[in-house]
Amino acid sequence: MTDDQAQVRIPRQPPLSWRIVLRVSLAGMQRRMMRSVVTVTCVVLALAFLAYMLVLADITQALVELNDSKLNILLSERGVDIFAATQMDAMTLLLIGLALLTCTVGVANSMLMSVTERVREIGTLKCLGAQDRFIIQSYLVESTLQGLFGAAVGVLLGCAVAVAASSATYPGYVLSSFPTAVVLRSLLASMAVGLFIAVAASIWPAAAAARRRPVDALRVEE
Amino acid sequence: MAESLISIRAVTKTFKLGDQEVRALRGVDMEIPKGAYVSIMGPSGSGKSTLFNMIGGLDLPTSGDVVVEGCRLRDLDSDQLAWFRCHKIGFIFQSFNLVQTMTAQENVAIARTFAGCSYAESMHDAAEVLKRVGLDHRLKHLPSQVSGGQQQRIAIARALVNKPLIILADEPTGNLDLKTGQDIIDLLNEMKQAYGVTIVTATHDMKMVSASDLLARIRDGAIDELLGKDQMNVTIGTIDGESVA
Repeated sequence: MTDDQAQVRIPRQPPLSWRIVLRVSLAGMQRRMMRSVVTVTCVVLALAFLAYMLVLADITQALVELNDSKLNILLSERGVDIFAATQMDAMTLLLIGLALLTCTVGVANSMLMSVTERVREIGTLKCLGAQDRFIIQSYLVESTLQGLFGAAVGVLLGCAVAVAASSATYPGYVLSSFPTAVVLRSLLASMAVGLFIAVAASIWPAAAAARRRPVDALRVEE
Repeated sequence: MAESLISIRAVTKTFKLGDQEVRALRGVDMEIPKGAYVSIMGPSGSGKSTLFNMIGGLDLPTSGDVVVEGCRLRDLDSDQLAWFRCHKIGFIFQSFNLVQTMTAQENVAIARTFAGCSYAESMHDAAEVLKRVGLDHRLKHLPSQVSGGQQQRIAIARALVNKPLIILADEPTGNLDLKTGQDIIDLLNEMKQAYGVTIVTATHDMKMVSASDLLARIRDGAIDELLGKDQMNVTIGTIDGESVA
């Protein structure tokens, strides 16, 4: 059969290198600045809150461990249970959970809008030979960068506010007994959470975008 | 007939719209020789676009086969189809479909990138082709900053940059005024000579038909009439007192 012989001539489209995906995603983000800003802001706010709570708990714990009688009075006045300060109460955990959930929904929403805006573009790119993989990769790169940036800014912001607030409340104690290692661990954990949220929230929109057949994508009116 | 590049063999296509079945194509047979300029005419809803999608490997027929260069598109998997679209087909659309956030040069370069070229190579090749379509002074412009005719020129450059076998142009002059439309037709003809591509267009535009070697009239999902160049009897009016035929 000539058909069988001919088939060999059509190779599989090889995947594109991550460098090219990165370049395309970066250019897109730059020109769609507003959309990126919305996503990043979502992550910044939620992560600032998370980092603030964690760092404040770390600092309070360090102060409790000083076991300084004057400081203990001050701590008690602020409502800190000096015998169980390490445990966050249920209300705090709930608040953090809610903030993170809102952030996830916000990022997913922003990504979905971005997909909807670009349905035709995705269809066109597929006509030019883009594979589903490329579409997913470019969305993942976009959300990873936004997640990293948003989380870094948010975490630093939250940490700064926590240090400033506790320094004001317990003047003279915080900087001298600053639990650097523990706080760093909290900041890294917050970063990881932020990155995870940004990437997880964009997987479904990215997959939805990639799955669209070019025929349907091109038919969409803008 | 000379060796055909595209064979369309008893192609049917049925869509499901709710519980209703719509037969968009009811058995189309057509042979398109290499290097031909083929116009497909027909009212909207006649199945033109469906036929186009089949040739471009964007959609599969319900029954029958599309064979390009001896290769049955039905036998290709999605990565092979992506390669086929990338290297063998250049798409041109009625509404240009340029990526709005990319410059003219980047819009052309991305097609080259998909073909496996490095960024620098792609940008270089894109600039070359844009020069050939007369846009060397618009490389850094965004689509929104140039006219409709120029946008279509960018799209033509994008379709040509990978030196495809076939250009599929779905009403390429549909959104353009008469004069600009004529320029685009002239450009397509020029590029057909320069690159030796086979051009398949869907059109309502009689000017495009007069430029073609083969005219297929399609109606209700079947080919109504198939005319060679010598059988066409097209009379065309004038624009600004100049004959445009």
